Amino acid sequence: MSEQLKVKTMQEFMAEGKQPEILFWVGSAGSFDDRAKKISRAFVKLLNKANVDFAVLGTEESSTGDVAKRAGNEFLFQMQAMMNIELLNGYEIKRIVTCDPHSFNTLKNEYPSLGGNYDVLHHTQYLKELIDNGRLTITGDGYKGKRITFHDPCYLGRANSVFDAPRELLTKTNAELVEMKRHKKTALCCGAGGAQMFKEPEKGDMDVNVLRTKGALETNPNIIATGCPYCNTMMTDGIKAHEKEDSVTVLDVAEVLANSQGL
Amino acid sequence: MEYLPNIIFAVALIAGIGFFTRNVKKLTRNIKLGKDVDVSDNKSQRWKNMARIALGQTKMVVRPVAGIMHVIVYVGFIIINIEVLEIILDGLLGTHRLFSPLGSVYDFLIGSFEVLALLVIVAVIVFWIRRNIIRIQRFIKPEMKGWPKTDGNMILYIEFVLMILFLTMNAADFQLQQLGAEHYHEAGAFPISQFMVPLLDNLSESSLILVERTAWWLHILGILAFLNYLYYSKHLHILLAFPNTYYGKLKPQGQFNNLESVTKEVKLMMDPDADPYAAPAEEDAAEPEKFGASDVMDLNWVQLLNAYTCTECGRCTSECPANQTGKKLSPRKIMMDTRDRLEEVGKIMDANNGEFVSDGKQLLNDYITPEELWACTTCNACVQACPVSIDPLSIIVEMRRYLVMEQSAAPTELNNMMSNIENNGAPWPYNQMDRLNWVNE
Repeated sequence: MSEQLKVKTMQEFMAEGKQPEILFWVGSAGSFDDRAKKISRAFVKLLNKANVDFAVLGTEESSTGDVAKRAGNEFLFQMQAMMNIELLNGYEIKRIVTCDPHSFNTLKNEYPSLGGNYDVLHHTQYLKELIDNGRLTITGDGYKGKRITFHDPCYLGRANSVFDAPRELLTKTNAELVEMKRHKKTALCCGAGGAQMFKEPEKGDMDVNVLRTKGALETNPNIIATGCPYCNTMMTDGIKAHEKEDSVTVLDVAEVLANSQGL
Repeated sequence: MEYLPNIIFAVALIAGIGFFTRNVKKLTRNIKLGKDVDVSDNKSQRWKNMARIALGQTKMVVRPVAGIMHVIVYVGFIIINIEVLEIILDGLLGTHRLFSPLGSVYDFLIGSFEVLALLVIVAVIVFWIRRNIIRIQRFIKPEMKGWPKTDGNMILYIEFVLMILFLTMNAADFQLQQLGAEHYHEAGAFPISQFMVPLLDNLSESSLILVERTAWWLHILGILAFLNYLYYSKHLHILLAFPNTYYGKLKPQGQFNNLESVTKEVKLMMDPDADPYAAPAEEDAAEPEKFGASDVMDLNWVQLLNAYTCTECGRCTSECPANQTGKKLSPRKIMMDTRDRLEEVGKIMDANNGEFVSDGKQLLNDYITPEELWACTTCNACVQACPVSIDPLSIIVEMRRYLVMEQSAAPTELNNMMSNIENNGAPWPYNQMDRLNWVNE
């Protein structure tokens, strides 16, 4: 364990009678998945650096229900959503930031008609805002000469048209951004969406993540960056399938930024 | 007997349009079998989408070769309809080239129709080569075997023949005009068909008239026949692309609808004041609504309109990650199956005085298998690829809902994932009390 992260829960804010600037929705992957936890930590390091007064729900947070909904279990989804909305509305949450495009999508688009209206941002959008407002500065040439290709998560890019924020952040590190043949609106899925993350794929002649990683490797990158914990897992497995784990790393955009600042 | 041709023409026209109207009625009835859905919002955005996507063909040209060729055939189709109007009026009134008093405007029109006709012929040949010689992947997928393949080629043959007839008619007309034949006054410009005149050089005036009349009649009867072919063909898209793009999804692609029937039940469950043993209120005593879709009647009417609009171009399937990696799922097949099942239901209704009588079949299993449905990553690539705003994903999700909520038939791993969420609020079996451990690891 490195230095202590400053993370406060909503309960603590309540006890102090204060409201945070934002609520960081960590998500189930960001809380429990070993790889994704590192992304949560990297994002918090950046929030700490920018002195953002943020809160998490901690043990009160529960699955958004997104994956249940994609699997067809509308019942479970709405149960989760209503419970979360009750909690969020109780805390009078206005602004939510998350590192998971699936949480981002469902909180932003599917919660409102169930009574949950929040200003929801993906962490790349929020980090860009911090930089634009001068609260976070990215300096140094640590990534100069590195080739980074960005894999658009479906639920961030195609589903919600967020294409530029992650790319702008990556170029702040002075890295060279290289695009895959299929990117932005026509990006190929990593294979995890629609609850595929939690099951074996149907019979076929290849796994989707292997195909997507092939496209990424064609750009000859040092780093494959993405903005989704599930894409991260799929791409990491993909480069292993291509036996490229020694020369290519898969990182979240927040990790690239945090690393570039030696955080 | 002087008016015999006019009468025959009028009869053919009425029969052609009448039969077409009958099919349109059947089509509307079938689409209305779908559930109601409110699409009355954002009218101006909807009109814009229709203008941009259907009229403006903006999503077609994403693939430049097929796109540009398609635009040619499409513009040809629209513009040449002006000529069809003249032909119909000539046919009814017994006139010849009724619009010719327009003078130089008329010459320009006829000239441009000819150029378009030639371009259409070229495009149609290119399309045929792509389907049959180059055999582009998306045209030879399993769901394209049999009728869909024949249908695709048939349309190309019909268009080719219609254009050839149009040019032949003009060439003979031009030659007759040169010879000063009675009834064939000088009118029109013939930049393309003039090159066909040498083929007719040795023909007498009466033979030329025979050629001209034959081509004229076959051309217009061909068009009426083609109009009636539409209903039995993927070619229906030339009409339905317009309403379909109008009713297309306006929300972010990632936003799935929240089932209202579920919301009602969940609210009741979460209401601390609700009496769990209460008898259902009188108005709620009706049969509880079915969750999700196992047959076409469970889908909404926009989804059914989507199915009839699909022209089987396969752009969706060629972009689908599951299909690209050899899984059975093909978004195009989802649409074709939905349409074929809907047609089947329609036929059953026709045979039973408009009442649907169960035939023991349904969309699920008899057409679309769970294996296809579970292969979807919900990535929206198919939705993005469709040039006419069809949403295959919404049908897949609706059918998954049926599998999970009505049949509890999800794959085991997914059932595990869902019980984890129910028990500990995460898709993995971790304790909710450990949610913040990442901070100190």
